[in-house]
Amino acid sequence: MIHAENLTKYYRDFCAVDQISFDIRPGEVLGLLGPNGAGKTTTLRMLTGFLKPTDGTVKIKNISIDENPLEIKKLIGYLPESAPLYHEMLVYDYLNFVADIRQINSGKKETRIRELANLCGLNKVMHKPIAVLSKGYKQRVGLAHAILGDPEILILDEPTSGLDPNQIVEIREIIRRIGREKTVILSTHILSEAEATCDRIMIIHQGRIVADGDAADLRRAADEKHRIRVGLTGATFDTIKKSFEKVEGVETIDLINENDMQVTLDLVSSGKMDIRGELYRRIKATDWILYEFSQQVESLETIFRELTKEN
Amino acid sequence: MRRFFQICKKEFTSYFVSPIAYIVMAIFLLVTGWFFFTTFFLFDQASLRNFFSLLPLIFSFVIPAVTMRLFAEEINIGSYETLMTLPLSPLDVILGKFFAAVFFVVVLLIPTLAYAVCIAFIGDLDWGPVIGGYAGAVLLGAAFSAVGLLASALTRNQIIAFIVAMAICFALTLIDKMLVFLPLAALDFFQYLGVGVHFENISKGIIDSRDILYFVSLCFIGLYSTRLVLQEKN
Repeated sequence: MIHAENLTKYYRDFCAVDQISFDIRPGEVLGLLGPNGAGKTTTLRMLTGFLKPTDGTVKIKNISIDENPLEIKKLIGYLPESAPLYHEMLVYDYLNFVADIRQINSGKKETRIRELANLCGLNKVMHKPIAVLSKGYKQRVGLAHAILGDPEILILDEPTSGLDPNQIVEIREIIRRIGREKTVILSTHILSEAEATCDRIMIIHQGRIVADGDAADLRRAADEKHRIRVGLTGATFDTIKKSFEKVEGVETIDLINENDMQVTLDLVSSGKMDIRGELYRRIKATDWILYEFSQQVESLETIFRELTKEN
Repeated sequence: MRRFFQICKKEFTSYFVSPIAYIVMAIFLLVTGWFFFTTFFLFDQASLRNFFSLLPLIFSFVIPAVTMRLFAEEINIGSYETLMTLPLSPLDVILGKFFAAVFFVVVLLIPTLAYAVCIAFIGDLDWGPVIGGYAGAVLLGAAFSAVGLLASALTRNQIIAFIVAMAICFALTLIDKMLVFLPLAALDFFQYLGVGVHFENISKGIIDSRDILYFVSLCFIGLYSTRLVLQEKN
């Protein structure tokens, strides 16, 4: 559906996006993830044709953006960051205006606008000027504007930024509903959001792709290390450490918390070796009491932080 | 073509949603009315020549006020991005906004027809120069609108857009009144460059293709430069 090759964008000397290439299949919901200033917005702007890449090409359905920008703009519905819309227009007038530009014939126009008002929950604000709407409603108008022409590709730049938790859930629900039929690309810096809404996550850092795949892929790729948390009473940290150090495969032992009641520590083991059996045997041989014994799942946050560390 | 018309319609109506349109119209009519009628009875002539001779000067600050928001506001609030990613060509956008401004100028001129009607009642008005004058006024308004559109595309600040456009329009208006300071060899060239001669010809009722060409090429230069400025932005 979308094919980007060696996309590069320089703003004067600053390299915002550095030779990234990717393919997006039809029907995919892709999350573009990265810290602020990673090049997410620049990448999306190049996909929509708003920015011209310094180097590289974008092809959508085998049409190059340089050759036929108008044809490509018809295929894409785009919601820019923070939904900049015409302040003075009424919501209804604005959607009407977009429908006219998208050349929806006047018979279908009215039903289409009503349909979107229902989908995006705009019924109450249709006759208010956009300027007086709250951030959440503006974002919904922006979303309605993007979906209006029934485009095959939806590009959403931080669709949930600045919204309250209820609104975030609603917007995600809408995106998921649309994502069943359409190709969606959205950018965000919230990991749980990418995990909740996207089939595929691409992490961008300093203009380069540092990870690409579904959430499970990312977890696997990030690090093969296991982290096991153990909570015990009946011994000091030093005693426990001495005992556990002898277990084969243990790399580091970190103290998480020690008080009168309980010692909590994390053991990191390398590779695929499972050290849990040996640990348990050692604990059983003593009169320590075991309160906690769990394998920690490497959270996406950790992966994200690891991949996007400033270097 | 339909898309260009949609932009034009939207821009034109948004003039009347905000108070800008009414303020500009009120000031325009007040200023032209005052200058025209204070001298009208002194000259004791049934013509609109005085009114038309004032127009380039008045348009120099009225039209930049009309055009200043066209691009600057969009760039400032970011709706420029939304607009440019809709299925529109840059030409649709530029021409749409340009013609919206030109139509607004036409609307601005309509109430001044009352002057002509008033004069026709009290004296023997020659309608030829009046029609020529209005045709010239529309051409002049279009040329200044193109200049204003260019200034608006150059910046995100409407005040700067206004001042830049006003400076250019004033320069075009005053250049042939400053000819004394210029070398003799360049005199013809600078006289041709100024708005004055061309506008006077048309407002006398003389429709000369050279004058029309002058205004049309001014529009073309303004709009084409706008296109280049927008292209530079991406």
